[in-house]
Amino acid sequence: MSEPIPIVNYLVLGEAPHLVSYECTNCKARFFGRRNACASCFGSEFNQVEVATTGELRSFTIVAFAAPGVEVPFVSGIIDCDGTSVNANIINTKPDPEHVVLGMKVQLATYSMGADADGVEAIGFGFEPIEAA
Amino acid sequence: MSKQDEVWILGINMTKFGKYPDRDIVDLGAEAIQAALKDAGVTMGDIGILAAGNLMGAGGIGQMLQKQVGQTGIPVYNVANACATGATALRTAVMAIKAGECDYGLAVGVEKLAGAGLLAGANRAEENDTWTPEGRFGAVVPVDGRIGTATMPGVFAQIGMEYGHKYGGADFELFAKISEKNHSHSTLNPLAAYNKEMSLEQIMNDMMIAYPNTRPMCSANCDGAAAAVVVSGATLKTLSLEQQRRAVKISASILTTDPWQEACQVLPDVNTLTRNAAKTAYEKAGVGPEDLDLVELHDCFATAELVHYDNLMLCEEGGAVDFFNSGATWRTGRMPVNVSGGLQSKGHPIAATGIANIWEVCQHLRDECGNRQIEGAKVGLAHVIGLGSACGIHILEKSAA
Repeated sequence: MSEPIPIVNYLVLGEAPHLVSYECTNCKARFFGRRNACASCFGSEFNQVEVATTGELRSFTIVAFAAPGVEVPFVSGIIDCDGTSVNANIINTKPDPEHVVLGMKVQLATYSMGADADGVEAIGFGFEPIEAA
Repeated sequence: MSKQDEVWILGINMTKFGKYPDRDIVDLGAEAIQAALKDAGVTMGDIGILAAGNLMGAGGIGQMLQKQVGQTGIPVYNVANACATGATALRTAVMAIKAGECDYGLAVGVEKLAGAGLLAGANRAEENDTWTPEGRFGAVVPVDGRIGTATMPGVFAQIGMEYGHKYGGADFELFAKISEKNHSHSTLNPLAAYNKEMSLEQIMNDMMIAYPNTRPMCSANCDGAAAAVVVSGATLKTLSLEQQRRAVKISASILTTDPWQEACQVLPDVNTLTRNAAKTAYEKAGVGPEDLDLVELHDCFATAELVHYDNLMLCEEGGAVDFFNSGATWRTGRMPVNVSGGLQSKGHPIAATGIANIWEVCQHLRDECGNRQIEGAKVGLAHVIGLGSACGIHILEKSAA
């Protein structure tokens, strides 16, 4: 069996899936994409850091009409993960304003996108509501 | 700013926005240019620089337009700055005059967008047989719809909802009411693509595009062009009294981009660059928001209009919801916003928008706006945002002549 492959290179799979980010060693600004220099302070040294897997939903939209081939409806959210903003779909809940609420606590969740012709499974991610205890 | 350094709008025009199946961008751009030249009382022979914007065409619109209306060998700057393209073209012409390169400049923006559908959402291509990481993020599939949304209605929905989360009070109904205002304003604008009154219920019950933006809460894709002739203050003084009386002073012409903010890599920050541009514009013009008689701001979506009340400092920080609910931004209110109908009903032929909104303000300052005239208008502001991002703000003042 081949190892599963993440939907994007900043999703790290394994026992505790999480997102990783480049972090400027000087000013701590974080970037999911590679940078030649920090957009904030122009420093050119970066570390790879783990992004918190829980956060608060700071904004969202429920997309009902999208480009051909994109399944709708889906919820796009902006999640504050302990100071790092992440854009992801809100999953594992109904895509309506009764179930998706500003300020709600969410956590990273992964799901299978299926296997390719070689039997390699791709793994996607989203954020799901943390059930109130 | 000394009188010598002033730059004025001498002539300006916008075509009717709408659908022109039988006319191309050259036809539309040429119409706006010739009408702006006529309005200014000059010819292509007087113009020393042409700045031209068009986003969806093949490029080189400036030279194409010269061949249609007059090839004089002057420098052409073809500019592109997303939805701020028109304002960028105008500012390019303004800068050439300020630099002393010429006395008259011409700026034009034109777009054919009728029936264009959603912008910026890539159609999903056939997927590979095998998962193959591609691009900067090593994505094995196109991510629009799987990792958030790339389409404009959704991006700007998130921008409005973020404001709601920060300050409260912004819900679906509030955003729909903003759209109701602009559709109501458009009934007085014969050049708007749509001039139909829409009730709050109609707006809320229309097709949902990206909650909370329904279809009438999104900018209308359409065709159109706008053009402006600008002139140096020194040259204006040599022209006829009628030209001096109708000229409109550009008290500030500002362009900014988005400075780094923590979240800007996942949600475009349209706020900081607008606030920065507004601050600089008010300083340069020597006016404050309280001096404005009307504002045309970039309501590409109803959710965007709300945040720009705050960004342009038309209200106190965090107070945009109360400000709107006070009725201030209706044409009968104390700070009329988008009396043209705004992008939601007037339409948004992208590269034309940043000059068309200036045309609207000029018409009021010249007291030539017919039955939608804001009485006694002396100072106005026009604002555009192009995602990526760029913000253009112009403050315009009525001539004292």
